[in-house]
Amino acid sequence: MGKDSRLILDPLTDDNPITIQVLGICSALAITAQLKASLVMAISVIFVLGIGNVVISLMRNIIPSKIRIIVQLTVVAALVIIVDQVLKAFSYQLSKELGAFIGLIITNCIIMGRFEAFALGNGPWRSFLDGIGNALGYGVILIIVGFFRELLGSGTLFGFPVLGDPIAKTGLYSTGYENNGFMLLAPMALIVVGIIIWVQRSRNKALIED
Amino acid sequence: MENRTDKNSYTIIFAIGMVLVVGSLLAFIASSLKPTIDENKRIEKQQNILYAMGVNENDESSAVFVSTDKVGAEFEKYIKQQLVIEDGKASEDENAYLIDVKKEQSNAKSGISRRLPLFIGEKDGRKSYIVPIRGKGLWDAVWAYVAMDENMIVQGAYFDHQGETAGLGANIKERFFMDDFIGEHLLDASGNFAGINISKSNADPLNKDKTDNEVDAIAGATITGDGVAAMIRKDLRLYVPYFKTLKN
Repeated sequence: MGKDSRLILDPLTDDNPITIQVLGICSALAITAQLKASLVMAISVIFVLGIGNVVISLMRNIIPSKIRIIVQLTVVAALVIIVDQVLKAFSYQLSKELGAFIGLIITNCIIMGRFEAFALGNGPWRSFLDGIGNALGYGVILIIVGFFRELLGSGTLFGFPVLGDPIAKTGLYSTGYENNGFMLLAPMALIVVGIIIWVQRSRNKALIED
Repeated sequence: MENRTDKNSYTIIFAIGMVLVVGSLLAFIASSLKPTIDENKRIEKQQNILYAMGVNENDESSAVFVSTDKVGAEFEKYIKQQLVIEDGKASEDENAYLIDVKKEQSNAKSGISRRLPLFIGEKDGRKSYIVPIRGKGLWDAVWAYVAMDENMIVQGAYFDHQGETAGLGANIKERFFMDDFIGEHLLDASGNFAGINISKSNADPLNKDKTDNEVDAIAGATITGDGVAAMIRKDLRLYVPYFKTLKN
């Protein structure tokens, strides 16, 4: 059990897919301007990566090695399309909210990365845990980045104004504070991710290469 | 070490088998869910139209439609007339709201005359003229339902999009953006159609001036905003002749 729980816990900290493996950066930059979007993306990836890892793991002995990447791509694309269609039919409002993310999931390198690095060589249960763990690790970073970008960029969290009204100049804004519009743009997401990597490596020197 | 799965024949058979299985699975799911999805889209159109004319369950800050089980009855109750304008002539059509604006736009490009749907609603004695419009954002389509009075002053609008960036362009469907349009004039002071510009420099963030043909832009969403402004300019202009006939 100790070994299995590491599959979940390691990606949250010392083997984080974003800050250590540097995978899934593209979507982490694209959708973290709002906390809500970050959370939704994190949940979608937990779902797809958990199930996808199990499917690939079950198929691992029959997948021809020459075309394994194409097979993985087909599995993830099929899963994403199924999720998209089912949501559209039975939870239309939610599917509207997710609209842009569904497509982004297919291109998320963490998914292909875990299929290739873990699910092809491990049993379904361990692969499931690995998928959940890595997706959680991805989600944690997304939420941290989303928190700072939304707070400093728009002065809101989950859409609720927490710093006062920037136009009527109430709350913190009455002291002359202004929202930093730059936080809403993708470059600042990269800088925030960079700061997280810096903090993490300075706390744990073992993570520094060379 | 050569094993079974490395053989070319196995690879080819596996690939063919996988394509067949995945293809038929997706086809089966898509075709069996299609009626439900189409119904959802139909309901959404009715909700959008009602939203624009002010029939919604908005709370203080978020946009909430009338619920799906009530929407059919509310649509009957508030939408008094559905018109289709074709070549300048308006005729009644009770399924005008099902007209696919995207298809009509591509028809217009290939020379077939475009059918323009227009819905006349009435709530608490106030008459609304609601029209659907469609254009391009940064990544994909943007569209809207705009409710106006007979002087083309906006009473309400509902914006939506296919895939604008979350937190930036996607904010066009947030209340703080949509509500800015309420009361805005689409005509300029001399009565000519001017549209509504999404302005980064109008120095009127509280949007107190309703006759400036401008609303405040969203930071970080310049191209989406330009797309919305272009959509309003292009598609709403087509309805100007109809509104002129109302005056006479």
